[in-house]
Amino acid sequence: MKVEELEALEKPAIDPGTDHIVGPGFTNATVTDKIANVALRPFRSTPMVWFLGIGIAFMLMQGLLIGSAWLFYKGVGVWGVVIPVAWGFAIVNFVWWIGIGHAGTLISAILLLLKQDWRTSINRFAEAMTLFAVAQAGMFPILHLGRPWLFYWLMPYPNSMWLWPQPRSPLIWDVFAVSTYATVSLLFWYVGLVPDLASMRDRATKLWQKRAYGLFALGWRGSTKHWTRYQMAYLLLAGLATPLVISVHTVVSFDFAISILPGWHTTIFPPYFVAGAIYSGFAMVLTLAIPTRKLFHLEDIITSRHLDSMAKVMLGTGLIVAYGYMMEAFMAWYSGQFYERFMYLNRATGPYGWSYLMLIACNIAIPQLLWLRSVRLNVPILFMLSLVINVGMWLERFVIVITSLHRDWLPSSWGEYHPTEFDWMIFAGTIGFFLTLMFLFVRILPAISIFEMREVLHHIKHRHEPQPAPGPAHGD
Amino acid sequence: MADSFWDRHGLYGVMAEFAEPEELLAAAEKAYGFGYRKMDAYTPLPIEGLSDAIGFTRTFVSTFVLIGGSLGCMGGFGLLYWITKIAYAHNVAGRPFNSWPAYIPVTFECTVLLASLTAVIGMFALNGLPQPYHPVFNNPEFSARASIDRFFLCIEATDPSFDLVKTKAFLAEQNPLEVAEIEK
Repeated sequence: MKVEELEALEKPAIDPGTDHIVGPGFTNATVTDKIANVALRPFRSTPMVWFLGIGIAFMLMQGLLIGSAWLFYKGVGVWGVVIPVAWGFAIVNFVWWIGIGHAGTLISAILLLLKQDWRTSINRFAEAMTLFAVAQAGMFPILHLGRPWLFYWLMPYPNSMWLWPQPRSPLIWDVFAVSTYATVSLLFWYVGLVPDLASMRDRATKLWQKRAYGLFALGWRGSTKHWTRYQMAYLLLAGLATPLVISVHTVVSFDFAISILPGWHTTIFPPYFVAGAIYSGFAMVLTLAIPTRKLFHLEDIITSRHLDSMAKVMLGTGLIVAYGYMMEAFMAWYSGQFYERFMYLNRATGPYGWSYLMLIACNIAIPQLLWLRSVRLNVPILFMLSLVINVGMWLERFVIVITSLHRDWLPSSWGEYHPTEFDWMIFAGTIGFFLTLMFLFVRILPAISIFEMREVLHHIKHRHEPQPAPGPAHGD
Repeated sequence: MADSFWDRHGLYGVMAEFAEPEELLAAAEKAYGFGYRKMDAYTPLPIEGLSDAIGFTRTFVSTFVLIGGSLGCMGGFGLLYWITKIAYAHNVAGRPFNSWPAYIPVTFECTVLLASLTAVIGMFALNGLPQPYHPVFNNPEFSARASIDRFFLCIEATDPSFDLVKTKAFLAEQNPLEVAEIEK
């Protein structure tokens, strides 16, 4: 890499404000270089903060290794789960992680179908987040199995015992939903990457880099015939991923709603889980995007327009979640059912009342600040708010799982749940694992979709200088 | 007419390089109007209308996906039906063996899974990817910039109307930056 290119990497970028989805003066070549050079820059020019971040994340990840090794050795007793609370942190974390993943699919699929051009700067990033979050989520039910080495018993396969799983159970639906979701997320992410990997292959200067990117670019050459099939496949994938993402969290909510436990057995669960998933996912995208754009000077590609739009989506989905909480309270009263009412009062004022109050503060009260434009445009405050919502959405799952289970119909079978150090260790470990993967991703692969940025530039150009187009009209 | 003289002599085609997508689009339309059929355009971003201009309209990807999705749908439901009705018929809380409403989530997931897999695998297979070698990369300008910011039109030697001198002259009239011969 040339000296001036290295210097350009350190140059701070200027945020063009909320009216622009990309900074001024970009061409196809400069936008390619800007994004590709984040990954292609020499090892020694990596920002120190990156090393610090991945170091901390990697250390946290050891918690997962140590915790799960001890779990495999001793059994699930090392966790705080004990009857009546048999679903502890494992299920809380599972639902939290899978919810986070949903924003990635929403951004890449639903916003594509809705022709939201601001999705382009963040979709790749959010898809990677989805993939890594689903990987964390998928571990928890398996760790929770008791005999995790027999996890394949969940799949219907011909076995010597001629036994089959019970397909009327939402837990089996979950196996299909989550594994399909993981597969489709991977496909979506990889298909989006292929043309960019070709750009990386052609931009890389070292032979091993050319080979590595070239291998995964599959020989992509940008042929128009290929692009036509590619766009058709991408559009169909988006159309398939849209109902899929809604189905996945619906099925996750069925894990609760199909049971007859007060606090779980409600019809509001599917829509409110899906909204909550998108809410937490957007919070996580902001938590990751704000430091990344600062660290790699991407303020002219991830602009305040993106932050503002994401904040608005958070506000909207947050209000749906608030409606869900209100409906839970209303139905507890309106049903006239003794156990439902008790469950709600116990949730708000019982031994875990603190978690419910914190949940209302983190998910409903504090995020109302997002109504203010000045808050949405204040990057540090937005970052803090995204962290608050991440915590709030984790608490939501904690409240749903723990408070509904710990006191049911029979007071003699009541109990309390206290997470152990291994619960915390494994939870922190998955955060470390997730962040390690994200740090590696932004350093190795194009974190922003380059070819779609070129399309954005193409559309902007045609919008500003209408010219007698040869052939069919461009842009929209 | 399968093998033209040029094709037999190791020529893949003649390639013109353009700076702007509009120039490429105009050239592609002219080439099609001129009677060329075996050609391809190469761009760093999808350009609307370009595949129509070179006469490529049917992708077949959606047909593949329809077949894949239908197989997934029938396979998913069929699996659960077979498990609960035939292979392992047990009375679970008095429910009918074929409790079809409970099978909808899995049927849906299997539909999406197979449809998505066929979309991706079908698209790559129809595109002939992965492909370790392709003659267009023999043009150094192409391998440096085709995926970044330049637009290329390649008329292939297998085209019946291909003639090295005439095709080169034709492309040179389309205001390209450069016209190059591509070896196989």
